[in-house]
Amino acid sequence: MLGKLTWEAVPTNEPIALVTVLVVLLVIGSVLAWITIKGHWTYLWKEWITSVDHKRVGVMYFLLGFVMLLRGFADAIMMRTHQAMALGGPDAGYLVPDHFNQIFSAHGTIMIFFTAMPFMVGLMNYVVPLQIGARDVAYPTLNSVSFWITAAGVALVNLSLGLGVYSRAGWLVYPPLSGLQFSPDVGVDYHLWALQISGIGTLMSGVNLVATIFKMRAPGMTLTRMPIFCWTSLASNLLIVAAFPILTATFAMLLLDRYLGFHFFTNDAGGNAMMYVNLIWAWGHPEVYILILPAFGIFSEVIATFSGKPLFGYRSMIAATMVICVLSFMVWLHHFFTMGGGANVNAFFGIMTMIISVPTGVKVFNWLFTMYGGRVRFTAPVLWTVGFMITFVIGGMTGVMLAIPPNDFVLHNSLFLIAHFHNVIIGGVVFGALAGYMYWFPKAFGFKLHDGWGKASFWLWCIGFYVAFMPLYALGFMGMTRRMQHYDNPAWQPWLVVAMFGAVLIFLGILCLVAQLVVSIRRREALVDATGDPWDGRSLEWITTSPPPSFNFTVLPDVRGEEAYWGIKQAALEARQLDGPPRYEPIHMPRNSPTGFFTAFFAVVFGFAMIWHIWWLAILALAGAFAGFVVFAWRDEDEYEIPATEVAAYDARRRAVRQDVLARAGVKA
Amino acid sequence: MSAEKETEWQGQLAPGDELPEDSGLSAGVRGYVIGLVVSLLLTAASFLVLHDTFLWKPGIPVALGVLAVAQMGIHLVFFLHLNTGPDNTNNILALAFGVLIVAIVVSGSLWIMSHLNHNMMLMERVMDLHQQR
Repeated sequence: MLGKLTWEAVPTNEPIALVTVLVVLLVIGSVLAWITIKGHWTYLWKEWITSVDHKRVGVMYFLLGFVMLLRGFADAIMMRTHQAMALGGPDAGYLVPDHFNQIFSAHGTIMIFFTAMPFMVGLMNYVVPLQIGARDVAYPTLNSVSFWITAAGVALVNLSLGLGVYSRAGWLVYPPLSGLQFSPDVGVDYHLWALQISGIGTLMSGVNLVATIFKMRAPGMTLTRMPIFCWTSLASNLLIVAAFPILTATFAMLLLDRYLGFHFFTNDAGGNAMMYVNLIWAWGHPEVYILILPAFGIFSEVIATFSGKPLFGYRSMIAATMVICVLSFMVWLHHFFTMGGGANVNAFFGIMTMIISVPTGVKVFNWLFTMYGGRVRFTAPVLWTVGFMITFVIGGMTGVMLAIPPNDFVLHNSLFLIAHFHNVIIGGVVFGALAGYMYWFPKAFGFKLHDGWGKASFWLWCIGFYVAFMPLYALGFMGMTRRMQHYDNPAWQPWLVVAMFGAVLIFLGILCLVAQLVVSIRRREALVDATGDPWDGRSLEWITTSPPPSFNFTVLPDVRGEEAYWGIKQAALEARQLDGPPRYEPIHMPRNSPTGFFTAFFAVVFGFAMIWHIWWLAILALAGAFAGFVVFAWRDEDEYEIPATEVAAYDARRRAVRQDVLARAGVKA
Repeated sequence: MSAEKETEWQGQLAPGDELPEDSGLSAGVRGYVIGLVVSLLLTAASFLVLHDTFLWKPGIPVALGVLAVAQMGIHLVFFLHLNTGPDNTNNILALAFGVLIVAIVVSGSLWIMSHLNHNMMLMERVMDLHQQR
């Protein structure tokens, strides 16, 4: 009846896991109780859970990423504290081998799929339609489905805390270790089903954003007038569309191996585990560019705005982005130089890897030249950007070192590699996400984030990163490999203690982020952004109010060049007045839909049923999801109309504010 | 579909284009039916190639490849409505990008796997080969 699910699945004999589960349940329970007592359920359901507004979906993505950052960081600090005291035998430290293996697998999975991806997808969702002058994404309901399906994957991964175990085969679950023979329990199944489900969400979101960028641009917004963030988003989403099917297919084959006795990746019956490694990295390498390209776009926007100059080398930036987009598909073998490729393949992919660092170098110089001669305002987003430039260049150089095959044979799977990819992912993706968060927060909520706490967070993150990961480079040279539950070389221990101290600094940085949010909400009156353009911005998202209305723009902006809003703003400043009031027309906006929430609910049930082999429940969940689809497909009304008079009234208030700003600018001049 | 309508739209339609919506259900269904029949034929043909003896043995994989690519083409034209019309540029570019990526991944994987299989061959089997020679 319940498949493999029994009471033994509850980790009653593992105190750490049990206490964690109880604390998490307590937190979730109290949040739900608070919502119920305050009576927020109707508001949440109507304004957020069923919302198809790209801005709401974007905010929810980012929030999901932030919650999962806390979860992934909890794993990280456990590993660092454990390794700092794990000198000796398997009894050293406080984590048993089985638990330690689950922790490093969960840490990688959560940080890449459920922290970094939601951060980036959330920012793209929020910003891209505003920057290209669109009212929403191309398929608003699909967007909501994508988000909720990602959340379904998150739910499955976290269920493994309290029911059963998580994968112990690393974040990429290489066979034969992840095959049925060596991982017979539900851990790998949790991993595979969570990622299959959330991967579908990511793919749909990629399709959606590509269609949005190609089809929804405002009049006059040609491709070569788009802000760089839109270009990097386009490249990133093209990569999602091209790469995620490989992941899905590879995991599907592994699932067939595990569930139906196929032999794609087993040694008997002609399977080949090396093919899995090859395929997973054909997805895995584009994946790192899916994460870093939007971050490059964020830094470009931030640095141009706060330097008060147009971005240096706009066209070369586009070229570099698209070159990276294609080249990212031609380097994947560098993840397994040591698996036995001959000199020819290793040399080819080594050289390709070195070549791909060239367009990235072009970008770094463009950012530097944008700052050169500008009047740079050192706000928190700029600090993240400058910190990124320095940190990322170091990470890029250690990457080129790893790209030399003979070097890689020495450094493969050592802590040098761990230090390298944390160097580029923390220094690039995380810094980028946080820069974007602090830069666009006033647009999303109508008040700025407290700058002092943001700067404190930056310094703690940045210094914490160096203290935590520079020792890992040294340990890599000293021969320490990754994923060690214990070790017997006393020379390593001091370095690991220093690294643990770095992780504590990063923890303080995360606390500063929370404090920043709390302080800013309390002082929102003082930090209010009445103009909708708090940073003297250059692209279209700053032309509308903060927060923007559900329809984004009262009339679609007329774009006449690069940096669309900057041009309009300068023209208005010169003429000391706004253009005459435009002709308002009624606006049609998509209705809210609970489709996404219900699809995700059935997806969680389906995944759970498959993991525990509860076949009847899986069939039931699939039927439920299909019924939801049918109901959605046969809906009668999917749009509502906002009358022209309402739009005109909204714009009148907005124009009064802008007129006021103009008058004050005139006085200053 | 009336012949009249077809002539009315003559010259404004790209090859493979569907007539606009008002041309009725039968016209809409026709494309899908043709696509279905052709793809069923191609599927049957690939089974035929496997089971019969009218192809030279080493030619069978090649024939299967050709049939598979033809199948993809039929799907693209009849089900996904890919054609050479002017408002289809994005779709063609997307297809080109897709073909490029598939070509890179497939040819790269074949190259890599042949190297790996060669270098990582089990020792006994290598010795076995020596003995056979």
